[in-house]
Amino acid sequence: MADAHPTLIDSADRPAVPADEPAANEGGIRFLARPRLRWNLPLAVGAAMVLLSIVLALAAPWLSGHDPLEIADASLSPPSAHYWLGTDQLGRDVLTRILYAARSSLVVACLSAALAFASGTVIGLSAGYASGLVDACLMRLLDILQAFPALLLAIALVAALGPNLPNLVLTMGLLFMPRFARVARASTLSVRERDYIAAAIGLGVSRARTMYRHVLPNIAAPLIVEASLTVTIAVLTEASLSFLGLGVQPPDPTWGGMIAESTSVMALAPWLALSPGFAIVFVVVGFTLMGDGLRDALDPRG
Amino acid sequence: MSLLRVENLRTYFDTRSGVMKAVDGVDLDVREGKTLGVVGESGSGKSVTALSIMRLIERPGRILPGSHIYFEGKDLAAVSERELEAVRGNRISMVFQEPMTSLNPVHTVGNQIIEGIRLHRRTSARQARERAIELLELVGIPSPERRVDAFPHQMSGGMRQRVMIAMALACEPKLLIADEPTTALDVTIQAQILELLRQLRDRLAMAVILITHDLGVVAEMCDDVAVMYAGEVVERGSVDAIFRSPQHPYTEALLRSIPLLGMTQDEPLNVIPGVVPSALHWPGGCRFAARCSYAFQHCHRQPPALVATRSGFAACWLRGNATERSQRGAATDA
Repeated sequence: MADAHPTLIDSADRPAVPADEPAANEGGIRFLARPRLRWNLPLAVGAAMVLLSIVLALAAPWLSGHDPLEIADASLSPPSAHYWLGTDQLGRDVLTRILYAARSSLVVACLSAALAFASGTVIGLSAGYASGLVDACLMRLLDILQAFPALLLAIALVAALGPNLPNLVLTMGLLFMPRFARVARASTLSVRERDYIAAAIGLGVSRARTMYRHVLPNIAAPLIVEASLTVTIAVLTEASLSFLGLGVQPPDPTWGGMIAESTSVMALAPWLALSPGFAIVFVVVGFTLMGDGLRDALDPRG
Repeated sequence: MSLLRVENLRTYFDTRSGVMKAVDGVDLDVREGKTLGVVGESGSGKSVTALSIMRLIERPGRILPGSHIYFEGKDLAAVSERELEAVRGNRISMVFQEPMTSLNPVHTVGNQIIEGIRLHRRTSARQARERAIELLELVGIPSPERRVDAFPHQMSGGMRQRVMIAMALACEPKLLIADEPTTALDVTIQAQILELLRQLRDRLAMAVILITHDLGVVAEMCDDVAVMYAGEVVERGSVDAIFRSPQHPYTEALLRSIPLLGMTQDEPLNVIPGVVPSALHWPGGCRFAARCSYAFQHCHRQPPALVATRSGFAACWLRGNATERSQRGAATDA
């Protein structure tokens, strides 16, 4: 006798129920999969721009028929088929110089961000995990460091140490370190209160080991986002310093240096300032989009 | 034979508004291979007692000098952090209340079990993995050789609690502390987890401290019981004796407050009036006096000590604790 109101169980067109919940896990692939990165548009575009910059910088010798230091007869020649972006006062090919400048710019920016990432994370993690006096001392030291205007401190340090690539990386690493230390500390403070930290200690894991094995992986996401955003500031800082003559020294090309050289002939040859400016904007926008995209992808709370 | 003896355990928390005396002079005794139930209302200091035994109290909490936690000939309140690490997870293990948050989300459950094994035993990674799979099977997780590579978020609450138990049992501890292991689970899973704990206890011959506020669970699972109120143990003894004849008014009130099957809605539930006093300001005298229907004047003046009764030990002025004078006082008050 059919019911007046058949339930879903009785109806013929009820949705098929998967026979066994772990069926999708056959072969164990799902189990091994790490939580996957959720790609989004800014992340894809940003990553593509960053990747393109890196590839162009690496492939500079093959992409360009010129040498960055090669001096041609034609100085200040406008963009043409032979010199795609024209030449500068000395007759050097602008496109070639931009591609080569990308190398030093990206190396300085990425290495200094990496240095800041590593040192800042160690300091922030220790401060957050130790808490109390250690925490207070470390954080006040960072306050002092951050109290200086960033660019001024960078200029003073580079001027004192001498403008070369290792000193630039060291200075900028120091400059950006507090950003990572603060993010790492704040995340550590919240993660260390989680039950699984107490559970790990209850299992006999030492406090030091808990810190790098259980706390560190859980605070990685905000730090990675911070790293991506720090690279953009590092690119700008490097450009500012080389604009002021404190970056990688001439004749090696830098974007900031190229803009500085172009100022005197701006009216005659605007492409000299525009093209390195565009290069800076391209890299900065790329890393910013990537950082924003990573934030959305890694942090479900947005 | 007592495996663990806690004497005069005091754990205080320094807060802005004063010193919170969460655990204030607790004595416990766990016999080898037996199960001790610790019951009490929220805020009575059960969990803090458990954490203190493992010395998992973080600042601003502190275990006061004069507290003793004797375990296998050592006073855990006095040993170094390094010695403790060798005991934790090895000789004493703990299962926490919240299975949903007690597993690290970034590691597979297998790796978390393996970490525990390899901290205390010299085994190869391969052997530890085999052992982890065995443990998962032991706690009743289906297809353990696959589940060992699962992340916590791929498991249900009940499964995670099973994993927590597997982690706790990895090194076959002599003592397992289970802090309300079933509170966060639904009723059918609760029964399964308790049954699992009971089986494992018998199989591995370990002692268990079971912290709960469910007297039914105590009656079913435990050999001994300690009733905590306001940071103190007010009564302890064997489950049989205490459930048959509770000697402390608080225990009696707790037992009376359990609703019975077949009660109608017309019958009022026997509740204990009032609330647990704040740990910032325990009342002087007996801490239960304000809510106790037998209280007389002396109860408010002087705290009673734990004394032997026919069911074990109780801290009440009505049970042998009273001096001649206060007994006379009781008579006149009544």
